Amino acid sequence: MAGVTFEHVYKRFGEITAVSDFDLEIPDKEFLVLVGPSGCGKSTTLRMLAGLEEITEGTIRIGDRDVTHVPAKDRDIAMVFQSYALYPHMTVYDNMAFGLTLRKVPKDEIRCRVEDAGRILGIEALLDRKPRALSGGQRQRVALGRAIVRDPAVFLFDEPLSNLDAKLRVQTRAEISKLHHRLGTTFIYVTHDQVEAMTMATRIVVMRAGLIMQVGTPGQLYDHPTNMFVAGFIGSPAMNFFTGTVVHEEGRLFLDLEGFRLPVPDDRRRDVEAFTGNAIVAGMRPENIHAEGFSPPGISSSTVQAEVVVTELLGNETIAYLQMGEHEFLARLDPRVQTRPGQNINLAVDIDRVHIFDPESEDALGTTKPQTAPV
Amino acid sequence: MSRRVEDVRGEGALAPASLRRDSLSEMMKRQFRRLPLHLLLIFFVVIWSIPTIALLVSSLREPGDVVTSGWWNALAHPFDITLQNYEDVLSTRDMDKAFINSLLITIPSTFFVVLVAAFAAYAFAWMDFPGRNALFILMVALLVVPLQMTLIPVLRLYTEISDIRIPLLGTPFDDDMPLLGGRVFGTNSYIGIWMAHTAYGLPFAIYLLRNFFGSLPRDILESAYIDGASDAGIFFKLILPLSMPAIAALTIFQFLWVWNDLLVSLILLGDPELAPMTLKISSLVSSFGTQYQLLTAAAFISMALPLVIFFALQRYFVQGILAGSVKG
Repeated sequence: MAGVTFEHVYKRFGEITAVSDFDLEIPDKEFLVLVGPSGCGKSTTLRMLAGLEEITEGTIRIGDRDVTHVPAKDRDIAMVFQSYALYPHMTVYDNMAFGLTLRKVPKDEIRCRVEDAGRILGIEALLDRKPRALSGGQRQRVALGRAIVRDPAVFLFDEPLSNLDAKLRVQTRAEISKLHHRLGTTFIYVTHDQVEAMTMATRIVVMRAGLIMQVGTPGQLYDHPTNMFVAGFIGSPAMNFFTGTVVHEEGRLFLDLEGFRLPVPDDRRRDVEAFTGNAIVAGMRPENIHAEGFSPPGISSSTVQAEVVVTELLGNETIAYLQMGEHEFLARLDPRVQTRPGQNINLAVDIDRVHIFDPESEDALGTTKPQTAPV
Repeated sequence: MSRRVEDVRGEGALAPASLRRDSLSEMMKRQFRRLPLHLLLIFFVVIWSIPTIALLVSSLREPGDVVTSGWWNALAHPFDITLQNYEDVLSTRDMDKAFINSLLITIPSTFFVVLVAAFAAYAFAWMDFPGRNALFILMVALLVVPLQMTLIPVLRLYTEISDIRIPLLGTPFDDDMPLLGGRVFGTNSYIGIWMAHTAYGLPFAIYLLRNFFGSLPRDILESAYIDGASDAGIFFKLILPLSMPAIAALTIFQFLWVWNDLLVSLILLGDPELAPMTLKISSLVSSFGTQYQLLTAAAFISMALPLVIFFALQRYFVQGILAGSVKG
């Protein structure tokens, strides 16, 4: 059991910097997810921690121990790979026992640990099989089992669910979360899927082009993205962005978003005031745009009108593709809303939930109010 | 996915008889369409087999018959065969000794090539060291150097070092000085010919194995590395078992190449006591040019072992030819 510390870690491949100034403390027992688009450096970061990539600059500690130059096998970690990486010529039992055998653990103890892990993962009946006789989901469990028997200080996962079908992925996701609770060990998990990140993590690191964009709990990232990248990356359907300017009229501040205006709430005034007359980007999540008459009670909203382009009824909600002047955007509407393509619809925008960004730095101006459940 | 497969199977089981008959006639039609191809293949198989069959038949005929009539005449009198030629060749022409010499030359020469090539291929495929690619390119470049070009320099080198003698080692058939004062290195020594064959075999062997090792999934090796395996552990516990097809194919390639080699033995082994079968057979041609019955028997003896090995390992052989070209 141990935390992990990255101190100003860099990874360069020749001219290319894959990871830049990665500085992060991961407390013991945390489930940390590294998420970002492909090529953002998340896997490289994990591989540096695993000892599979040299570190160009910086220090990595596991617990109090500096492991920067320690070989992978001595770092007390276990890793689950996207491809499962099972040894095809060994049985499931031998696959799971391999690491322990190499460490000269007594045979009885190996048997005990492998059978325990098999029981936890529900694969005790498969121990005599070879990997090719297993389904994808079963192989993934064996890969998990192989990590569990080692009883490492830190578990590393490199996109372990990417090769599973959608249904199995959801199921395994829950099982990995359960495993985390049960084992109480530090988990570090890499994925490009923000849904996996949101559902499993105690804390998420969003990365882009080798840089950390934001670190926070799923709730913080969703409600208080510190930049446009995180705002657009986290959440599905993604946040809508509107370009516009800040205008000052009759003592009040408005966001003029080329076609409609939203008043700036008083508690945001301080953040926005300095941008009066300047360009901004306003971000609105699709669920913060309601059909008029169906907005939750207690929100301060502003009404705008838009044309419906396409609607997708999903049963519990309707995803509406809308057009307003030049802007195309999405809204998650109440399924009772009756609307057809071509119709105009009145929308209520929750102005407390509007995110405002500086278009140059892409940073958020101030922060939005934490979301509270409607009474 | 698996459910869909089951469904398809279920349909097949419940399909009406007429449908199954359709598929049967469909199958026959397909076979019929392939008939010309099959005939062509059979034709080639026959053509390619004729020399071997002729050799076998001739080796079983009376000495007089061989020179007076074609081998196919023997097929008309199936009982007119004799093993006398084999007896002659083995007892009076030292072919038994040559057979053992061939084994003594071929087995170590194959073993060393596979061993060294496997180590080298692992290093080229998976270990990071400066100059790795340059060295590998150099290795591959050696493939285009004709063996004949190296013979004279190697012979000169071997002549120089062949004076080194170590007591108590010698040739097994050295009647005058059994196991005493035999040559160890250079010409007319086993170690010399092993080294030559190993060196000639290595470029191709390393190239073949490196490509096969390189196509093994990186994740598996990394996983073993994290599990605590050393390079040696990964090599013996993962690489070797997973590469058996390629290694078996290489073993056959190298075994056949050394077994059938005449040129290298001719140059480096002058001593008739060390001569392998190929040398003995070629001497039969010159000194017993008319005794075809002995020549054919000797030739067939030299073919027998490679044939046995090929048929025993042919499954691996076919897999190994594709080694590295098609993944998974």
